[in-house]
Amino acid sequence: MARNILVVGELVGGQPTSTTLEMLGGAAALAEGGTVGVTLLGAGAAAAAAACAGASTAYANDDAAYDTFLGEQWLEAVGAALDASNAELVLIAQSTAGREIGPRLAHRRNTAVAMDCTSIVSDGGTIKANRPAYGGNAVATYSFATSPAIATVRAKSFEVASGAGPSNTVALPAPGASRVSVTGREKVVAEGLQLQDASIVVAGGRGLGASESFRVLEEMATTLGRDKAAVGASRAAVDLGWYPPSQQVGLTGKVVTPDLYFAIAISGASQHMAGCSGSKVLVAINRDAEANIFGFAKYGIVGDYKTVIPAVIAELKK
Amino acid sequence: MHIVVCAKQIPDPETPPSAFRIDAASNKVVPAQGIAPVLSQFDGIAAEAALRIKEANAGSKVTVISLGADSAASAIKQVLAMGADEGVLLNDPAFEDGDSYTTAKTLAAAIKKLGDVDAVFCGRQAADWDMGQVGLLIAEEMGWPVSIIAKGVTTGGAGLQIQRVVEDGYETVETPLPAVVTVSNEFGEPRYPKLPQIMAAAKKTVTQWKTADLGLDAGEVGAAGARLKLEKLSTPPRGGAVELMPGDSPEEQAAALVAKLRADKII
Ligand SMILES: Cc1cc2nc3c(=O)[nH]c(=O)nc-3n(C[C@H](O)[C@H](O)[C@H](O)COP(=O)(O)OP(=O)(O)OC[C@H]3O[C@@H](n4cnc5c(N)ncnc54)[C@H](O)[C@@H]3O)c2cc1C
Ligand SMILES: Nc1ncnc2c1ncn2[C@@H]1O[C@H](COP(=O)(O)O)[C@@H](O)[C@H]1O
Repeated sequence: MARNILVVGELVGGQPTSTTLEMLGGAAALAEGGTVGVTLLGAGAAAAAAACAGASTAYANDDAAYDTFLGEQWLEAVGAALDASNAELVLIAQSTAGREIGPRLAHRRNTAVAMDCTSIVSDGGTIKANRPAYGGNAVATYSFATSPAIATVRAKSFEVASGAGPSNTVALPAPGASRVSVTGREKVVAEGLQLQDASIVVAGGRGLGASESFRVLEEMATTLGRDKAAVGASRAAVDLGWYPPSQQVGLTGKVVTPDLYFAIAISGASQHMAGCSGSKVLVAINRDAEANIFGFAKYGIVGDYKTVIPAVIAELKK
Repeated sequence: MHIVVCAKQIPDPETPPSAFRIDAASNKVVPAQGIAPVLSQFDGIAAEAALRIKEANAGSKVTVISLGADSAASAIKQVLAMGADEGVLLNDPAFEDGDSYTTAKTLAAAIKKLGDVDAVFCGRQAADWDMGQVGLLIAEEMGWPVSIIAKGVTTGGAGLQIQRVVEDGYETVETPLPAVVTVSNEFGEPRYPKLPQIMAAAKKTVTQWKTADLGLDAGEVGAAGARLKLEKLSTPPRGGAVELMPGDSPEEQAAALVAKLRADKII
């Protein structure tokens, strides 16, 4: 059954984010002959459209004021695109912007949103959204009593489509008023390779015992190659101030799907697994043989990280 | 300043996966034996944020509201023990099995009934369903501005100054009042009530409101008013068996691991 779909895109440095491209891939598969539109707001929006494989129409505004996310401004623009596209399904990233836009747009359109979905399917013509609940201990499947159906989508939930970008562009309004204003900004990101882009993640947890131990994990990442490997952390480690929040993996942190994930002194709570269970190979290093993490791992070492990790580093150097 | 804290009681999110059960027929979580329900973690942090503002602004008041069954009164008592002034429990069979929308609509009706509210503080998400919607939907119901995932909130500027967590760091935003704020774990730990405060809170009466008290109709709350329909709740598949690295020393185990990863061409 053909359905029109609108994807709320996001730009970083003038390029569509990977989740934007993934949602477009998902939308292209779900449209079943309907149209796929993408909204692009901020500097470089019109040019970024070319990269949006899967979309037939771009709804764009280049105004750099949109680079600072303000929900009320974005809602106006996305609302205009929704009117023009006549979409029955709206896909939004589970991001800073999406977490705010999803529920507010749903309320303004007298409909509902399912947050943080990991798959969306057409079941006999009906849209169904699957999402983890209870911290990842359960999967909930929802349908919508109202239209449009709105879903925010977790990173890496769909495959990117190939092919050309949209053939036509519709202009969205310039940013309007916002009651909330941004007065300051502090960037806190790790240098170099970003966690989500790394093909290897070396993650540490509360069992490391001290922030200095993350230096050993950094040494391991360096040995594996700083162009491939990044260091992550559990929330327990982040909450203790041992590693920056930008490196947190999990339900309330980043979702990563590397080829290789080392969970070192991490117990494997469902909320942590929500961020790394899509890894191709998971290696668990934990001194507790009963730790939950071993239930998710392909390979495991039962032992103290203090002796195991230096041995792994030495072996990697051979 | 009158701040409302929305607080939900949930099954303990640290329940180990081995003790987590779903009743397939009702699509509901079976309460784990011997594990008591708790105040949703982020809501305790939202309460902490509200109480710090109360302490910094003389004459302020904090009211805690929960929508839930009888047992949710203990979540309210916990926030009262922390230092909140009043508690309201929205308790009516008609409220059951609602979605984020009906929950927010019901909470907003209670906030309107209180009347003199300057700000509503919610958790970033309830740690059972992890939706992260209700604060935003309350803001839309009230027609108020909203800022989410705060790691800091103080009075100042246009009304409130909020540090919000964004993908690559933090932003400071300013909002006029009345407003809604959702608070995240980056804010810090909530205070731990002492025994005399717990005993004083136990004696406080919690106001109870039902559908009619809020001027709502049974058809617009709970399952009847829900827009999102839960079709199925299931347990996700788990990975296969782990292959533990053999060896009597860390060196042998490390060698076995690295050999495996090299053979698999992962490194
Ligand atoms: C709503 C919600 C959202 C959450 N979001 C996240 C999230 O995004 N990310 C996240 O990670 N968590 C999240 N959590 C927290 C989660 O529930 C766990 O509390 C957390 O993941 C535990 O972190 P940990 O595994 O590092 O610590 P612990 O559970 O304390 O585990 C430490 C592990 O280290 C092992 N260990 C100790 N010493 C050594 C040693 N010397 N050598 C080897 N192993 C050792 C122990 O055996 C243990 O298994 C969330 C929780 C809630 C309620
Ligand atoms: N039943 C409830 N009673 C009181 N507050 C709630 C309830 N449900 C949600 N909230 C508030 O809304 C926040 C977000 O909830 P949710 O959208 O369900 O993830 C929670 O952290 C609470 O502050």
